[in-house]
Amino acid sequence: MSKKNKSTEKKPAIGRRELLKGLATVPVLGVFAYQYLQKQNFKKRKKQQIVSELGLDDIKVDPPCVIPSRSGDRLRLGIIGYGGRGRHLVRGAGFAHPDWIKAKSKQAAENSLNRELQTFMEQEDLNVELTAVCDLFETRLNQGVETSENEVSPIKNKSSRKAKAYRYYQDLLESKDVDMVIIATPDHWHAPIAINAAQAGKHIYLEKCITRTEEEVYQVTDAVKESGVVFQLGHQNHQSESHLIAQQVVKKNILGKITLVETTTNRNSPGGAWVWNIPKEANRQTVDWQQFQLPAPHKVPFSLERFFRWRCWFDYGTGLAGDLLSHEFAAINQILQLGIPKTAAASGGIYHYKDGRDVPDVFHVVLEYPERNLSLVYSATLANGNWRGRVIMGQDATMEVGEDVLVSAEMESERYRNKIENGIIDLSLPLFSYKAGAQGVDAVTSATEKYFSSKGLFYTYRQGKCVDATHLHIKDWIDSIRARKTPMCHIDFGFEEGIACHMATQAYLKGRKVEWDPVKKRIV
Amino acid sequence: MVEASKKLSAPSGMQLSLLVLLRVLIGWHFLYEGLVKLANPYWTSAAYLAESQGIFAGIFKSIVANPLALQIVDFLNIWGLIAIGLALILGFLGTIASFAGAFLILLYYLANPPFIGFTYSMPSEGSYLIVNKNLIEFAALLVLAFYPTSKLVGVDRLIFKA
Repeated sequence: MSKKNKSTEKKPAIGRRELLKGLATVPVLGVFAYQYLQKQNFKKRKKQQIVSELGLDDIKVDPPCVIPSRSGDRLRLGIIGYGGRGRHLVRGAGFAHPDWIKAKSKQAAENSLNRELQTFMEQEDLNVELTAVCDLFETRLNQGVETSENEVSPIKNKSSRKAKAYRYYQDLLESKDVDMVIIATPDHWHAPIAINAAQAGKHIYLEKCITRTEEEVYQVTDAVKESGVVFQLGHQNHQSESHLIAQQVVKKNILGKITLVETTTNRNSPGGAWVWNIPKEANRQTVDWQQFQLPAPHKVPFSLERFFRWRCWFDYGTGLAGDLLSHEFAAINQILQLGIPKTAAASGGIYHYKDGRDVPDVFHVVLEYPERNLSLVYSATLANGNWRGRVIMGQDATMEVGEDVLVSAEMESERYRNKIENGIIDLSLPLFSYKAGAQGVDAVTSATEKYFSSKGLFYTYRQGKCVDATHLHIKDWIDSIRARKTPMCHIDFGFEEGIACHMATQAYLKGRKVEWDPVKKRIV
Repeated sequence: MVEASKKLSAPSGMQLSLLVLLRVLIGWHFLYEGLVKLANPYWTSAAYLAESQGIFAGIFKSIVANPLALQIVDFLNIWGLIAIGLALILGFLGTIASFAGAFLILLYYLANPPFIGFTYSMPSEGSYLIVNKNLIEFAALLVLAFYPTSKLVGVDRLIFKA
């Protein structure tokens, strides 16, 4: 080392030896560049081979929110049923209760990643006015009116007019100040209100399940078709980009022949099992129990439990079938266009929540489509949170559709055999993946990306903003009213959803397989 | 920093060769990490930062929440990796590059430290307890900062002796 010190002290002019030592590591850059380009080319070639083979090049992700200018008159909205779901739907139109704004700003201050309020405020201005509110619980009725007055809204030049409060929906439907209604009541009220709304010429956004009974499905469908009002069923998951991508994957036959679809619900909390909060203000004076149970098949004495936790009884809904199978069926029907199944079998029981309910908390349904050579299996439990996902199984590949889309090649696929053997398709990685929010489609993904996809964990705030699906679904409905077009989740789709869900419910209640008679158009 | 490094005697012979090798290898790693991120239009540090745990988690998460801050951090990260990588390979401003590299790696380490009880959704390729490869690379860069080689083998030799 002392020699080195001496040599540095001399400070000679740059000679050949100096130059060599000074630039000794430069060749490393040459090697790096060569290797880097080799690797890039290898990845590109591999990707291109898969992309062109599968026709993935023209799968495009539309931006979640194409914003047309809001022209024309301001549309006037009425909400019937201002409970938990009703509040969310009205927020989707641009109206939030002051308490919600307060709670969300507090949460955002405590956790900078909580962007609910920001997402709400960045919603598109739908040029709507909330003019009417109807609810059978006084507190919620008042909250609905307070919501209409709240100045904090994504709607520019929001009207400061107070919404009118209605105890009875018939009065609301008679109002000339209402162009369209959101119906977010318990299921047993869906049909009577929707039919009256259609007859009154009001456009309808109806929460799922479309009705409580099979008969009502026919009645609602007829009423909507005869009236010509714009009807949207509340499956906001239709707006999910992942479903639109999955639809294209199926269309391009990437999965091969599909014979089995498995879709599931796993929840493990009282809230997830409809044991919802009973507000302390609720009592005989503030709750209109008689009106509530008017269309229910069995009349029982005043019950706050039944009023607020109505999903637990067949008198007011159909439990898992109407609440969650309906969403799953809607998703699969959107992706595969299955329509009404030929037969349905169902089983299950009340295995965990022995709280007086009569709907099952563990529920399984098998829907058969012999013409499509396909079975759709739905399995649900409300007492376990294990993630089982939604899987479409083809002979050549398997697709999991959630927030993301993940397609994996089948080891035994004839179609991909050569590519697997040549190493072009790596079975340890997905063949195709779409990551929500990333606005991009990638054919060969890394292990990390694969993991993010399967967890649904992917944040991006650079391209595309975070949008609420409910807002998009409401927007689709309102845009359709203005443009006189058919919304995404229209009445024919609602008919198929309703019949499929009622086939499941009937199979469970009758303890036997039921069949759809396409000639008589009845479940037998 | 320079004072500290001067107190240490300059490496020579095999020591020098191995330190240059270490410098070039780390430079290669930095450069490739930077270029991969540059080449991927969807890359962002958001997911990594959003998962942050430990005492600095608040700072890292607030970056994710602010789109502009995230854009700046992503830009600095990509170009920082590329610049440091090139500098280490070439031996250009070697001491500064080593310290800058050590600082950047320390940030990665602090964002997702492998402490007891901290779990991340992104799987690591090995098993770690407090010490992970980030921490080792951080220490290696400190060694390079205090045993500078770029004035002996590297572009700095030409710059500082001319």
